Amino acid sequence: MSNKEKHWEKTKGLMILTLAIWFFFGYVVFMFGSSLNTASFLGYPLAYYMCAQGSIVAFVILIFWFANRQEKIDEEFGFTEREGDD
Amino acid sequence: MFKGKFIDNLPKIYGLYTGGFLVFIILMAIAEQAGMDAKTIGILFVAFTVCIYAIIGYLSRTVQVDAYYVAGRQVPTVFNGMATAADWMSGASFVAMAGGIYFGGYTYMAFLIGWTGGYVLVSSLLAPYLRKFGCYTVPDFIGTRYGGNVARFCAVVVLSLASFTYVTAQINATGTIASRALGIPFELGVWVGLVSILLCSMLGGMRAVTWTQVAQYIVLIIAYLIPIFWMSNKNGMGFFPHFMLGEEVARLGELEAQFGLVKNAAADVKAAGVPGGLKSIALPHAGVPDGAMAAWKFISLVICMMVGTASLPHILMRYFTTPSVKAARKSVAWSLFFIALLYTSAPMLATLSKLQLMDPNLATGIIGKPIADVMQIEWVNSWMNVKQAFIADFNGDGVLQLNEWFMRGDVVVLATPEVAGLPYVISGLVAAGGMAAAMSTADGLILAIANALSHDVYYKIIDPKADVRKRLLVARALLVVIGAAGAYIASMRITSILGAVAWAFDFAMSGLFFPLILGVWWKRATRQGAIAGMITGLASGTAYLIYVYPKFMGNPAWLGIDHLRFGIIGASVCLVVMVVVSLMTPEPDSATQKMVDEVRIPSGKTILGKQH
Repeated sequence: MSNKEKHWEKTKGLMILTLAIWFFFGYVVFMFGSSLNTASFLGYPLAYYMCAQGSIVAFVILIFWFANRQEKIDEEFGFTEREGDD
Repeated sequence: MFKGKFIDNLPKIYGLYTGGFLVFIILMAIAEQAGMDAKTIGILFVAFTVCIYAIIGYLSRTVQVDAYYVAGRQVPTVFNGMATAADWMSGASFVAMAGGIYFGGYTYMAFLIGWTGGYVLVSSLLAPYLRKFGCYTVPDFIGTRYGGNVARFCAVVVLSLASFTYVTAQINATGTIASRALGIPFELGVWVGLVSILLCSMLGGMRAVTWTQVAQYIVLIIAYLIPIFWMSNKNGMGFFPHFMLGEEVARLGELEAQFGLVKNAAADVKAAGVPGGLKSIALPHAGVPDGAMAAWKFISLVICMMVGTASLPHILMRYFTTPSVKAARKSVAWSLFFIALLYTSAPMLATLSKLQLMDPNLATGIIGKPIADVMQIEWVNSWMNVKQAFIADFNGDGVLQLNEWFMRGDVVVLATPEVAGLPYVISGLVAAGGMAAAMSTADGLILAIANALSHDVYYKIIDPKADVRKRLLVARALLVVIGAAGAYIASMRITSILGAVAWAFDFAMSGLFFPLILGVWWKRATRQGAIAGMITGLASGTAYLIYVYPKFMGNPAWLGIDHLRFGIIGASVCLVVMVVVSLMTPEPDSATQKMVDEVRIPSGKTILGKQH
C-alpha cells in the first residue's frame, strides 16, 4: 500500500469513529428519551439535559478532538501543509 | 496604535469594538434613567449597530476576485468561527428558537440537536476537503469534480432553491424587527432590512460579509446572554442559569400539573377569534412523550436538520475562506463552540420567561390572575394591539387559564425583557441582536446565491472570457436583484418564520448532500450518477412536500415524515439513484480519480488555482 492509501485508511478509520460517537450523542441517547428522563443531572431530567446541553457540548468537544487527531494523522504520513502551499 | 497588517490586529480591533458596544449600552441605560423614551432608545440601538455594519462593509470594499469570493483566504480560525456562527444563527435561532421551546418543550428541542450535530458531519466529511479543492462556490466543486456544465447547473438550482427559501424568512425577520424598533409598517420594514443587508455585502462580497458577521456575532451573543443572566439573578434563580435552573424546570412541571395542559380544539380557537399563528402552551416543558413514534419524530427531525446543515452552501462556503485545510477543520470546531453559547442558552431563556408568566408567586405571573387585571398590564396591551398576543376566556370564569393565553412564538424573545420588567434598554439591545442575527444570515445566503449565479452560471457557463471588472459587476447586480426578490416575497408574508427555515434544510439535503460527500469519499461516483441523483432527489423531495403539506395536497404523512422532514425522502432517493446510475456508467477517468486523491491529502496545491 502506498503512503497515500495508508493515510486514507487511517483517515477513514477516524471518520468512522467520529461518526459513531456522533451517532451515540445525536440519536441513541434520544431513542431512550422517556426512560432517561427518570434520572436526573444537576437537577435537570436527564433527557432534557442532554438535549439542552449535554449532547451539544459533546459535539463541540468531539470536533476539536477530531481536528487534533486528523492533524496527527497528516503529520504521521508527511501530508501536513507548508507555508505557501496554496 | 495599529501597526502591521489588518489581520494581525483583528483581536485588538474587535476588542475595541466590543468595548465600544458595551459603552453604548451603558450610555443608553443612562439616557433611559434621564428620561429618554423607549421608542428613541429602540431606534438608536438598531440605527447605531446597522451603521457600524455599513461602515465595516464600506471599508472592506474590494476589486479582487479572490477577495470578493473567498475573502482572500486569510480569515483566521477563531474569527471564521464567529463569522460562521453569525452566518448560521438566523432570525429563527435568535427570535424563534426560545419561543419554539417555550411552546413545544422537549419535542421542539430536536432542533437544538439537529442544528449543532450537523457540524460533526461538516468537519469530518466535507469542510477540509472542499477547502483543499480551492473552489469559490459549492457548485464550483460539483462542476469540477464531476465535470460538465449540466452537473454545475443542477447544483446551482438546488443551491438557489434552498437558499432562497431560507432568505425570505430572514428578510421577513429583519422586517419584523425593523418595523417594531423603528415604528414603521412591516412592508416598509422589509425594505429597510434589505437595504441594511445590502450595505454589508455589496462592495466587498465575502470579505465584507466576513468582517460584518464577526461584528454581528458579538452584538447578538451579548444581546442574547444579558437578559438571561439578568432575569436569573434578579429573581434569585441562580447566578449561572445554565447549571442552576434544575429547580425551575421542576417547578414548571408542577405548574403544568396545577394549571393543566389543555390542547384547545381548533374550532374553539377559531370561534374566539384568535389571530393566526398565535399559540397557547399545551406541551410539557421537560417531559418526554412516550412511544416509539414520538421518539422517531424527534430523531427524524434531527436527521433532517443535521444532514441539511452539512449541505447548506452558505455555511460550507465559509470554510473556503480559511488560510489552510488544517484551519478549516479547527474553524468548524470554533464555529460550533460559538453557536453552542447561544443554543445552550435558548432552553434557559425559555424556562425563565415561561416561569415569569406562569408562576403566580412571581410579581410578573399572569396565569391564574383575573383577566381584567392582566389586561391592564402595559406589555400585554402593547402586544395585544399588534395582534401578537391574545386572551380568550373559554370557560368564562374571568380568570386567565394556561390554555387561554395566546402568543406568537416569534415574539417570546422580543417580549421577554418587558415581561420580566427589565429596563427598556434591554429590549432595545434584544432588537439589535435579533436584527444582527437575521441580517448576518441573510447576507450569507444572498451572497451564496449571487456568487453561484455570477461565478458558476455567468462566468463558467455563459461568458468564460469575461474580465474581472465585468464579473464583479454582474455579481453585485445579482445581489441586488436577489435581495429585492426575497424582500418582495417576504413582504407578502407567506409562511411563519420557522416552517420555511426547516424547508431550506430539506431542499439542500435532498439535492446536495450525497453528491457532495460521495464526490470526496467515493471515487466511483460519476457525472451521470451525480446529475441523476440531484435531479431525482430534489424532484422527489419537492413532490413529497406538495403531497403532504396541509396547504397544498394535505395527505397524511407516511411514517411520520411530514412537511418538515421531506428531506428524508429526497436524500434517500438521491443516494439510491446516484449509486445505481454511477455503477451503470463507466468509471471516472484517471484524471478525475487523481484529482480525488489529491483532495484527500491536505498538503500540496489546491485543485483550482488561486484565481479562477
